[in-house]
Amino acid sequence: MGGVGRALADRLLQALFVALLVGVLCFFLAEALPGDQAFRIAAARYGEDMVSGIAADAVRAELGLDRPAWLRLADWLLNIARIDLGVSLVSGESVFEELVHQLGSTIGLSLAALALSALVGPPLGVFFALRAGKLPDAIGTAAAAALRALPSFAVGIALMLVFASWLAVVPAAGYDQPQSWLLPTTTLALGLAATSSIVSRQATLAVLQSSQIAFARTKGLGEFDVVRRHAVRNAAAPVVAYLGVQLVYLVEGVVVVESLFAWPGIGHALVHAVIARDIPMLQGTALAMGLLFVLLNAAVDFACRAIDPRVRHA
Amino acid sequence: MSSRFVRRAIGAACVGAVVLLAILGPWLIEADPLRQNLRAALRPPFGDDLLGTDHLGRSVLARLAHAARLSVSFGAASAASAALLGTGLGLVAALRGGIVDRVAGALCDATMALPGLLLVLILAAFAPGAFWPLYLGIALALWVEFFRLVRTVARSRLMAPEVEAARLFGFGDLHIVKRHLLPHLLPALGALFAFGFGASVAAVSTLSFIGVGLRPPTPEWGNMMTELLPYYDEAPIQLLAPAGLLFATVLGLQLLAGRDTK
Repeated sequence: MGGVGRALADRLLQALFVALLVGVLCFFLAEALPGDQAFRIAAARYGEDMVSGIAADAVRAELGLDRPAWLRLADWLLNIARIDLGVSLVSGESVFEELVHQLGSTIGLSLAALALSALVGPPLGVFFALRAGKLPDAIGTAAAAALRALPSFAVGIALMLVFASWLAVVPAAGYDQPQSWLLPTTTLALGLAATSSIVSRQATLAVLQSSQIAFARTKGLGEFDVVRRHAVRNAAAPVVAYLGVQLVYLVEGVVVVESLFAWPGIGHALVHAVIARDIPMLQGTALAMGLLFVLLNAAVDFACRAIDPRVRHA
Repeated sequence: MSSRFVRRAIGAACVGAVVLLAILGPWLIEADPLRQNLRAALRPPFGDDLLGTDHLGRSVLARLAHAARLSVSFGAASAASAALLGTGLGLVAALRGGIVDRVAGALCDATMALPGLLLVLILAAFAPGAFWPLYLGIALALWVEFFRLVRTVARSRLMAPEVEAARLFGFGDLHIVKRHLLPHLLPALGALFAFGFGASVAAVSTLSFIGVGLRPPTPEWGNMMTELLPYYDEAPIQLLAPAGLLFATVLGLQLLAGRDTK
């Protein structure tokens, strides 16, 4: 079981890096904002016209803003460690509470997209591999290559224009009805499925040329049984391992797709926090997205071990 | 092998056309990409302006050409910076080993902990609408790929007998890098560069589209699509043109890079 511990330790380290990177960047962001921080906070507390030098000095003394920068940075990071993320500068709500509200829709969208792409991509990849060099394979791989070259926002616009505005069969944006899930999920899943179909195709081709497949054929198994019993699991190992690389695409795609379709999730909030320079919200949402990324990566680690015993014993 | 040649040829044609537009376009097209003329708003293509005008009466062709110049130079600059940083650090880590290797490896792990877009978004908050956070963020996100490739390949090459022989002859690191490492690395580095180039062109358009990258009135493909999206019905060509150029650029670069790089 040492392997599992090792993998977990790596992911914990990654989570630590995420928290440090986001925390330190946001601290410097707060420092870099124009104006005196003490005056700004005093203005927010007592109203713009009630601020005097005395009030600002009181705030400065109370919050320790006159301490050296490294002490304030340590304080800032300690607050993150205590999951004290502060309040949004825009809505005045606790960042943590807002994140809890948004988390469900973001995780729902990510998992729906992953599931849809898993249903479409790998089966298509296996299908292409079985017809390698023929017309369906050529068309399929060309389509996948084209899809990979389209940024997710362009795919989203195209789907939106065709299905929401031209055919008017689904809502263009929003979250209020079940059909609202169709466009954002499809947008994300298309990009993921394009890549996973190419990877599955390569993996299946490699397996089909291996000696155990030649043996299975020699012993007289039908083509369907050869693929089902001997090819699928072997081909699945690299495909699932590749999912780890795709997660970057998924997390980045969620941010873009949520903004495009006005999806009330963390990615949407993150983009708004950047535009409004709402630092506590920015920090909270970036942390949540980063940690979600780590968590999904850990899940892929475990899936790899479950599928491929060679990883377990390595 | 011929299909591989066809892919490369298509890729080179796409990239060549966009680069040509980026270099020559702003020269040849006289129209000012920022000049508005509200009386000539949303004119259809093939009139006075080859690709028509946008909702503020600006020449779409001129805006496309200036946007191409921006995207191409931005992509080349950030991919080149990432390649230099990643290759340099990778070579030093492989040659020196020990603590240098560990520190560089930790830097690499720290960068990879966060998806690149999140890093760029946080940096973008420092100076909304400015050029440097995007450049810095994208280059920082991309250098890791170069570093990992160079370190792995260089490590195994350094064990090779010809490198040992060169060392015994008293040749220094510089000679070994030039004669024994770089020739092995260049093809893969070229592919990574093309991929990074495409990724940064796509990233800057994506960020501008969602409103955290470059801001209007800067002519940029993603910006143009945001601005023209409400007019998809009256001006479909004007909306499709920037999307098509973006697609051609990224597809061309990916085809040039060859598959299986990422």
